Amino acid sequence: MTENNLPNSKLGSLQYDPAPESAAIAKLKSSYGLFINGKFTDPSKHEQFETINPATEKRLATISQGSTSDIDKAVKAARKAYDNVWSKTTGAERAKYLYRIARIIQERSRELAVVETLDNGKPIRESRDVDVPLAAAHFFYYAGWADKLEHAGFGNAPKPIGVAGQIIPWNFPLMMAAWKLAPALAAGNTCVLKPAETTPLSALLLGEILQQAGLPDGVVNIVTGDGVTGSALVDHPGVDKIAFTGSTGVGRLIQQRVATSHKRLTLELGGKGANIVYEDAPIDEMIEGIIDGIFFNQGHVCCAGSRLLVQESIADDVLRRLVRRVEQLRVGDPMDKNTDIGAINSADQLKRIKELVAYGEQEGATRYTSSCELPKKGFWFAPTVFADVSQSHRIAREEIFGPVLSVLTFRTPEEAITKANNTNYGLACGVWSEKGSRTLWTAERLRAGVVWANTYNKFDPTSPFGGTRESGFGREGGKHGLEAYLNV
Amino acid sequence: MAKRLVIGSVINVSTAPLRLVTPEDHSVVIQTSSQVPRIESETQLRSILATLSGVDSVGAEARVAKLATRSIKKSTKMAALDLAISMVDLTTLEGADTPGKVTSLCTKAMRPSPMDLSVPSVAAVCVYPDLVAHARSVLKGSSVAVAAVATSFPSGRASLNVKLMDVREAVANGADEIDMVIDRGAFLSGRIGQVYEEIVAVKQVCGNAHLKVILETGELVTYDNVRKASWIAMLAGADFIKTSTGKVPVAATQPVALVMLEAVRDFAETTGQIVGVKVAGGIRTAKDAIRYLVIVNETVGSTWMTPDLFRFGASSLLNDLLMQRLKQQRGAYIRPDEFSGD
Repeated sequence: MTENNLPNSKLGSLQYDPAPESAAIAKLKSSYGLFINGKFTDPSKHEQFETINPATEKRLATISQGSTSDIDKAVKAARKAYDNVWSKTTGAERAKYLYRIARIIQERSRELAVVETLDNGKPIRESRDVDVPLAAAHFFYYAGWADKLEHAGFGNAPKPIGVAGQIIPWNFPLMMAAWKLAPALAAGNTCVLKPAETTPLSALLLGEILQQAGLPDGVVNIVTGDGVTGSALVDHPGVDKIAFTGSTGVGRLIQQRVATSHKRLTLELGGKGANIVYEDAPIDEMIEGIIDGIFFNQGHVCCAGSRLLVQESIADDVLRRLVRRVEQLRVGDPMDKNTDIGAINSADQLKRIKELVAYGEQEGATRYTSSCELPKKGFWFAPTVFADVSQSHRIAREEIFGPVLSVLTFRTPEEAITKANNTNYGLACGVWSEKGSRTLWTAERLRAGVVWANTYNKFDPTSPFGGTRESGFGREGGKHGLEAYLNV
Repeated sequence: MAKRLVIGSVINVSTAPLRLVTPEDHSVVIQTSSQVPRIESETQLRSILATLSGVDSVGAEARVAKLATRSIKKSTKMAALDLAISMVDLTTLEGADTPGKVTSLCTKAMRPSPMDLSVPSVAAVCVYPDLVAHARSVLKGSSVAVAAVATSFPSGRASLNVKLMDVREAVANGADEIDMVIDRGAFLSGRIGQVYEEIVAVKQVCGNAHLKVILETGELVTYDNVRKASWIAMLAGADFIKTSTGKVPVAATQPVALVMLEAVRDFAETTGQIVGVKVAGGIRTAKDAIRYLVIVNETVGSTWMTPDLFRFGASSLLNDLLMQRLKQQRGAYIRPDEFSGD
């Protein structure tokens, strides 16, 4: 059937008509108060700010700015709930609440997914298929532990810590709230949660869900606001434990601030994950894994596989296939069910991505950027791959936290390990090989809290997640995740 | 397509080596200058297969699960339904087949919906060799091809001579396309040279008839085997590679289709030969058919989005495609009895 001058076969030639999810499902209110002691209340200083849709820059709702005195009220409510109610509630009873919360999350999953996508800019496919199901799964999982804590390996009768102050990031707002709240509540703590400034809506909706589940007043308090609010929570003497997920810079400040206090601390910080590709990797699945590793959630993932280390013998082939796959990614309206890459969460983050990409160019790396059209309004960055990157480039060392991949090569497994470990971070790595012994050899030598083999960015509530070195300490998920909330 | 510089949104003017986006970046590049290697020995065949990458089953299944979430609406859906209809090999492969049954099938194949003449004809009817002549006479003058399953379909348990005789008769009776089965026993016992030689021999007696090689992936079981068998068939000269006979419990699946499409893509890129893919068995709904088309669209692209290179082997699928097509036009479902049974 060979003919001469055959045209190239264009991928994705069948154009998909828009398939938008309905924004009306979100049923957003015009403004939201602070969720303190089981009720939505006005902030004491009547300061407010707006949360916008990063894909359109349109206002979604007005949010309360929690002040030091609001934090004080929330911590006092949490303390009272701990002393009078929650510490006297049996594990089996706590489990009932957690199961109930998990089921309501499932029942209201479509609404939660829409709210998350509107507020964060992530594709609806991801909020629907990843964020919301995983949030429910964490509550289900830790509900199971609530009455079995004495079997978790932390002694016969492990006790809760008390009041936990929890500060979460904007990249997975609902999922991070679930990762923090579920183990804390299962272990018998009460909580004050501070959602990220740019993405407070799903946490506030979760507040409604907690009311619906009949969770006793004050067991969970949600105080929205910016860094000032978070800072007040960190400094409050009534807090027994701080759990923070976010940037390494802020994590360092928090660690300094709690250093001389009685407060326990767990930090889940940045990363510069190495995705190591050996020449015997399953090539098609590996290309998909690289794509998932860096472009999932626009690369706003602390464990993103943002450094691709590829064996030099297959580097050209991998790069060709990778660039072709990047061209195929569908960038645009996050509410469209067929969108692969949504909006960058904020103008600030977009600025940081652009700065680092400019550095990458100046340092001499070869830049491949998707020729996709970007919407006029909103914050967007086209998926980008840098080839010819060296270990000494800034784009190989600093966390970009955006849809930008740096590709480096290696010759031997030892060199791969050296390069992968040559970073201050230590959160996650990937290893791609069809040879099990090499995968295990590699995994043993990687200094990272998480190592994925022939996959990337897979999360499960049964599996502990967390970092080493400047990626933080403490684990979330699994039996290990209980330790952060037990007095052990 | 004009070359253009893609600068995204860079704040600083850069002197660094930006890379031009070329049409190749969007495409499967078909190397017309390359050739299919001549296979001289089983050792050589084995060494070619050894260069193929393994398939990670979890990853392959995750990929199709993700593609299955594509939401195909409005004009895209209409176009996809019509394309799927035109790709159907309308099939009857029963011991109870009669000339009457085949006449009925052929009539439907030429004009699937008497209510709406804008519905395209299907690609082919697929029958046993003894009914080829009859199908040929009914389909005379139409665009619908006659495909015959030959080579002691479905098990393939006969001597090569018997298989070749089967093919010769089908071709002599007017078959445009031959759907042969590979010797799975030989494949699974490692006699891949024999599998290869049988396909070459069948191809020779096919003459001008197109050869579809059925891998019976449900019996090969692993995706690695599917990839290897696909390459053996393509190296031996298959015009199409086909998943299944429809006669074993596991027929076409989306991950298997993905692996076979990756094989035809890589084969086209390395040899310049374009091979088609037919998925057969168990595809009953328009929704399923559209999911396969999405996999084709995003794995191999425009060249394969035609009945010349992608087919559905099915019987009941056609009516569901027709029903969904009418639903798109009228906004409501129509009674199943509005459509002829066969």
